[in-house]
Amino acid sequence: MSYKFDFSFLAERWPDFVAGAWLTVQLTVVSIALGLLVGTVCALIRVYGTRWMKAPVGVYVELIRNTPLLVQIFIVYFGLSSLGLKLSAEVSAVIALVVNMGAYTTEIMRAGIQSIQRTQLEAADCLGLTRLQTILHVVLLPAMERVYPALSSQFVLLMLASSITSQISAEELTATANLVQSDTYRSFEVYIIVAMVYLALSFLYRLGFWLIGLVLFARKRKLGTAL
Amino acid sequence: MIQLNANHFVYLLQAATWTLLLSLIAFVGGSVVGLIVALMRVSKVAAVRALASGYIQLIQGTPLLIILFLSYFGLGIMGYKLVPIVAAGLSLTLYAAAFLGEIWRGCIEAVPRTQWEASDCLGLNRFQQYAYVVLPQAVKLAIPPTVGFMVQIVKNTSLASVIGFVELARAGQIVNNSTFEPFVIFTVVAAIYFAMCYPLSLAARALERKTHAGR
Repeated sequence: MSYKFDFSFLAERWPDFVAGAWLTVQLTVVSIALGLLVGTVCALIRVYGTRWMKAPVGVYVELIRNTPLLVQIFIVYFGLSSLGLKLSAEVSAVIALVVNMGAYTTEIMRAGIQSIQRTQLEAADCLGLTRLQTILHVVLLPAMERVYPALSSQFVLLMLASSITSQISAEELTATANLVQSDTYRSFEVYIIVAMVYLALSFLYRLGFWLIGLVLFARKRKLGTAL
Repeated sequence: MIQLNANHFVYLLQAATWTLLLSLIAFVGGSVVGLIVALMRVSKVAAVRALASGYIQLIQGTPLLIILFLSYFGLGIMGYKLVPIVAAGLSLTLYAAAFLGEIWRGCIEAVPRTQWEASDCLGLNRFQQYAYVVLPQAVKLAIPPTVGFMVQIVKNTSLASVIGFVELARAGQIVNNSTFEPFVIFTVVAAIYFAMCYPLSLAARALERKTHAGR
């Protein structure tokens, strides 16, 4: 094998990679936060809603979970703009990621909410908690604690999937890689670097979610037991 | 600009067969490698376990898109020029193997400890334990999540479009380039994907219900 690795382009282009990674972080943090919100509301509807509210949520979840993210991104970016709704690549990316994330989160949170026993709700009633208090403290937080591992892996998967938004030229990490490799012809080196950055990001995200879990679930932190 | 017509839809359906073929390659390849990974993950030798676990961490921590770029552009520049279907098949195999390996490890570990002990008492060797006692029981547990994961494989074949392999998503882009009706075309493309994935999702759910019926 006569191939010689040459990483010298890094000296000049490293700020591009940093900027790309930063946009990836921004895109995914916003998408995760909004997606979690959408998913939680949809999950509450799926468990406690009336039949007419449940049906559209079910259709939404099935449609999104059974079609590729790439095609969803194309529909938002190219499709909506052909209908007259012009959105920037970044905004389209966030919309597609939120819609996608929301559907997966709905299913995960639904499992958590369904695991909350009826007696818990009755106890909350007896204590005179309002409906909002019950949902927040008795239903959502314990539900989230139970499914937190699944949620955080889904978040990391979303971060990795955000690489697909490079296809509509949102200038995140993968798009940066494509740009640098077309300037330098060092595709192998460029993609190895970017793969390592993604690995580091997924490690950081896992660490971050673990820390957030520690803050959020005080009961678990103090007792160290599963709910 | 060409008007969108029936031929375009025939073209999309033809491209969908390539999506199915690529999914099949990924699933078969991923199963073979994935089984090896799963068995390595439950090996008695710590170094073997660590190797398999490192592989899973590496693949699950990298976007499939980057793996595709590495195997197509990266290997190409090193002198191993792969045709798109081989590069896509290879990448999806590596990807599927990491996830299937982890799913199946869970299934192997879910077989009760006592089954191992009983087969030990019967004097079975390690190979016989796997072949006659553990794996048959693990397979039963593994079928529902495996069918569920096939949905992910079918959806992820869409990424092969970025290296120029003409499957469904790429065909959609090509048709769009000549007709410029993105909303209609990508909705049709999404519908075709849905038609392929939804039956798998339903099957996975039905199988899951059957597996957990006794609990």
